Amino acid sequence: MPADTGFDYVRAADTAHALTLLDTPGAKPIAGGTDLVTLLRSGVDRTPLLVDLAALRGQAVRVEPRPPLGGPGIVLDALARMADVAADGWVRATYPVIAQALELSASPQVRNLGTVAGNLAQRTRCPYFRAEAPTPCAKRSPGSGCAARRGVQRGTAVFTADPDCVATHPSDLAVALAALDAEVLVESRAGERTIPVTEFYRPDAETVLRQGDLVTAVAVPPVAAGSRSAYLKVRERASFEFALVSCAAEVVLDGCVIRSARLAVGGVAGHPWRLTEAESALVGLELGAPAVRSAIDTAFAAADPLPGAVFKVELAARAAVRALRAAGSHR
Amino acid sequence: MTEQATENRTAIPVTARVSLRVNGVEHHLVVEPRMTLLDALREVIGLTGTKKGCDRGECGACTVHVDGRRVNACLTLAVMQDGHDVTTVEGLGTPENPHPVQRAFVANDALQCGFCTPGQVMAAAACIAEGNATAPHRIREWMSGNLCRCAAYPQIIAAIQEAAQADPVDPAHAR
Ligand SMILES: Cc1cc2nc3c(=O)[nH]c(=O)nc-3n(C[C@H](O)[C@H](O)[C@H](O)COP(=O)(O)OP(=O)(O)OC[C@H]3O[C@@H](n4cnc5c(N)ncnc54)[C@H](O)[C@@H]3O)c2cc1C
Ligand code: SF4
Ligand code: FES
Ligand code: FES
Repeated sequence: MPADTGFDYVRAADTAHALTLLDTPGAKPIAGGTDLVTLLRSGVDRTPLLVDLAALRGQAVRVEPRPPLGGPGIVLDALARMADVAADGWVRATYPVIAQALELSASPQVRNLGTVAGNLAQRTRCPYFRAEAPTPCAKRSPGSGCAARRGVQRGTAVFTADPDCVATHPSDLAVALAALDAEVLVESRAGERTIPVTEFYRPDAETVLRQGDLVTAVAVPPVAAGSRSAYLKVRERASFEFALVSCAAEVVLDGCVIRSARLAVGGVAGHPWRLTEAESALVGLELGAPAVRSAIDTAFAAADPLPGAVFKVELAARAAVRALRAAGSHR
Repeated sequence: MTEQATENRTAIPVTARVSLRVNGVEHHLVVEPRMTLLDALREVIGLTGTKKGCDRGECGACTVHVDGRRVNACLTLAVMQDGHDVTTVEGLGTPENPHPVQRAFVANDALQCGFCTPGQVMAAAACIAEGNATAPHRIREWMSGNLCRCAAYPQIIAAIQEAAQADPVDPAHAR
């Protein structure tokens, strides 16, 4: 076992207990452990205290009426296992993009352990960040530089907003949730707050969570009548691989004319990237029209990739076109 | 809290008591919190059928069932599984009375070196019980968490298909 240090471990009895424990400096929640255990073992994470949240697990998916918005939305429990959310009948029928994103994530074994909150809060897969041998990485040791800038760049962002770090966030679920305007429910001893998934990450692929914060649930608003959605993942092998780029698409059609569209792209930034400009340009276009591609291109005008990631701009634009058309023909 | 003081935690590792029910037998262990379920099974309990390939979730060699679900034993800590039911390949079948998946792996020559096999067999038993072994393409997708460096994949798929047909749902080995 490499040079990890010991840590203490406590099972939280309930949310209040967890919040008290999480106020300990450096304390971290552990849910499925599928990301944190590896980071602890390799010495990347050096938390002194793990707070096990297993006892806080509630019903994986709750269907909740949301009067101001019309139809019912859903609330995903923070501790819900990825496999259970993906298998949920309501999710599959109403939000296929969520079920698809989850079933295209990791492996069945990982999905049986990994949870909703743990998935959203997982760390970047940047190989230099996770390297066992010391490597320049500003995220791991501030001021040490960034090996990715002079190394393998396939995994780096094409929208780079952070001066030090060009990492991308690996969660597929986050991309689907961003397209659906979902919100993360966070509790701390100071109170509760709600953070849109699109604002849950900083440009360097870290979450905005602070010491003492606990994610308790994710709320997904209702979709409009006739909503269709799909997730497209482009990767280096057919299965069990992180995305090179991915796209979550949700669309409402009038015949074959786009009435509304929501698109989020993964693998291109430190967080899911909503194609906001494209979404308005798409309204009124026919799903199969060539103009769909030009509309989507408007959202990539600001891309500034490193040389080794230039190809991902074209790849992401094409993935967005395909995801949109897959959503439109999916029911 | 774990048993020893949290002072000097690097010098004196803290330990915790863990009860695991493994293949129906109760085990009471005293382990460091950082010990994975995989290391507890292999190094403390002495069940070495479960293999360590990558130790980071990427190969599936460590697949066991916890409360009937297939999981990577290298990605979860032993302390996290306190009070849970674990099934390893040693508990799936015996040489005299093999599980249908084990029988099908032998009949189909679904191994070469055999290192990945315990994990493949555990994942396959779960895959069938989940109802995900209905067609070759589906088996490939739902077995993609298990790598085989000898590339015995065609035989593995054939074995799982055969076992699924012989025993579509085995309630004793759910999920
Ligand atoms: C081989 C492999 C392949 C993978 N492939 C993919 C993939 O293709 N797509 C994908 O999306 N993911 C993939 N993953 C990542 C996997 O999905 C995540 O590791 C998993 O979802 C994390 O969930 P967890 O509950 O195990 O988190 P943990 O490891 O327990 O925790 C992860 C982080 O979340 C924090 N956390 C957990 N719960 C809470 C909470 N309630 N509130 C606040 N913080 C919390 C922890 O403190 C920690 O920092 C892969 C993982 C592996 C090992
Ligand atoms: S991209 Fe970020 S995580 Fe990767 S090496 Fe550079 S600083 Fe570290
Ligand atoms: S040893 Fe656990 S997945 Fe490889
Ligand atoms: S039989 Fe050798 S690794 Fe699979």
